[in-house]
Amino acid sequence: MALTLAQKILKAHTTTPVTDEALQPGAIVNCRVDMVLANDITAPLSIKSLRTMGAKKVFDNTKIALVMDHFTPQKDIASAEQVKGVREFAKEQNIVHYYEGGNAGVEHALLPELGLVGPGDLVIGADSHTCTYGGIGAFATGMGSTDVAAGMALGQSWFKVPETIRVTVTGKLPEYVGGKDIILWTIGQLGVDGARYKALEFDGEAIEALSVEGRLTIANMAIEAGGKAGLFAVDAKTLAYAQAAGRKGDVALAADPGATYERTLTLDVTNMEPLVACPHLPENVKPVSQVKGITVNQVIIGSCTNGRIEDLRVAAAVLKGRQVNNNVRCIVLPATPRIWKQALKEGLVEIMLDAGCIMGPASCGPCLGGHLGILAGGERALATTNRNFRGRMGSLDAEVYLANPAIAAATAVAGTISHPAAL
Amino acid sequence: MKYNGKTLCVGDHIDTDAIIPARFLVTTDPVELGSHCMEGLDPEWIKQVKPNATFLVAGRNFGCGSSREHAPVAIVGAGIPVVIAHSYARIFYRNAFNMGLIPLEIGDEVENIKPGDELEIDMTAGTIANKTSGKVITFPPLPEAMAAILNAGGLAEYVKKQLNA
Ligand code: SF4
Repeated sequence: MALTLAQKILKAHTTTPVTDEALQPGAIVNCRVDMVLANDITAPLSIKSLRTMGAKKVFDNTKIALVMDHFTPQKDIASAEQVKGVREFAKEQNIVHYYEGGNAGVEHALLPELGLVGPGDLVIGADSHTCTYGGIGAFATGMGSTDVAAGMALGQSWFKVPETIRVTVTGKLPEYVGGKDIILWTIGQLGVDGARYKALEFDGEAIEALSVEGRLTIANMAIEAGGKAGLFAVDAKTLAYAQAAGRKGDVALAADPGATYERTLTLDVTNMEPLVACPHLPENVKPVSQVKGITVNQVIIGSCTNGRIEDLRVAAAVLKGRQVNNNVRCIVLPATPRIWKQALKEGLVEIMLDAGCIMGPASCGPCLGGHLGILAGGERALATTNRNFRGRMGSLDAEVYLANPAIAAATAVAGTISHPAAL
Repeated sequence: MKYNGKTLCVGDHIDTDAIIPARFLVTTDPVELGSHCMEGLDPEWIKQVKPNATFLVAGRNFGCGSSREHAPVAIVGAGIPVVIAHSYARIFYRNAFNMGLIPLEIGDEVENIKPGDELEIDMTAGTIANKTSGKVITFPPLPEAMAAILNAGGLAEYVKKQLNA
């Protein structure tokens, strides 16, 4: 039987050998996991569940990552107490990959960068955007804290084999169009529940030409179509990325020719316009030309979707020599300390500060309405993040638009939603 | 097991930020989380809930968005034992069982349930009797593995029993 990427990776991890036939969509398989992730919001519940389970020890202290990124630097007493609890747990269990403070960053940018997740891995995380690692060819999916606690105790979890929707992307990406636009288009086509219980698999010449960072951006938002995973083949680019992250022994991986897909979407990006997701769902996608001129109070450049170095380069190129509009707060949060340092080295930080941006720490911050840029009633933001649900960034009466870093930077300068070419 | 109560209805694509906004995620206490249940939809919503006598009825893709287990915890904490929906987002569905919340998935039949209807849910018989309209909706029995998790009181208790077995 020809297998999809999802089936191949699950097969390589089953706790007892299975035939291809046992991997039909809908079948339930028990698998070993290579990495188990939780953050400052979800780890406290996982720890509580582990204690209820009576588990004395985690299955492997090198295969658990605890990243304090959502409400850190600790925004208030309650969040500080939560982080303290996780820190104590990490000490008690001798967890090697505990990140808080100067070595912490947004988890889904941090783990691939550190080589803790990589090609062919099976990863579960108590965070819905765990699917990001599909960009480097890992089958990675979000679960709740208690499922993740069971994974921490046992080193395994059960998975329902998903059907796969294939997205084939052809043509050459125009300037100011990137991975973000490919995934917004996909979500617009499928709707926010179109890939429910399913995996997405991306291929085609535009995907081959795309950087690993661009692929991570696409995989990141698979969940916004309801997807269980967003997967990419492992090619020379992926292997170079994994190697640079300090990993060894990774190999190329692709779906079998003739694998069965639930359906195939095709997109030619040649004449594509940048896209914007309008309030209050990521599926409300429109070309930027249709929403230009809408005033905004805040622009956010960062997050696990678009807070990597490539994104900052794109934004800085637009901001260079220009000024952020007086009516806009433009907040830039490089997603990890390493990205911060690189942006500093390349002069991007100086460009951004000169333009009048607020440079913030490597934190989730306002992405989920935690801190560092909360919206008041009636305010409007454009963000490079991944969710624009009502109330996501603050007041229930605020609005969030989602777009790529070039549009975000142009919007910060103009004060209204804008294309960089129109500045 | 039977449950009786009146319905409170919400729409499609109710996300976890609506069920429990992120600013309340600085605790894991069910009662505290329950007091903010649905605050991201309507800050007054919780006032209509009568503990153990209210069912939450939703449209498509209930619980989409984040993986926060605090969402089903908040619903249980508010005293709502059962949610009925057209369909659920994957992570929420899995979390609901793990947290001891019963998520019934009934597709288009959900249109036969209106706000304020009085229901009797019989888990053994697999029926939702709508006493207001007189209609009876049937649902398939829960998968065995899921029923075992619910019966144990959630996944943590379930794994505990497994570890002690
Ligand atoms: S950046 Fe936003 S979406 Fe990503 S992990 Fe943080 S809160 Fe979640």
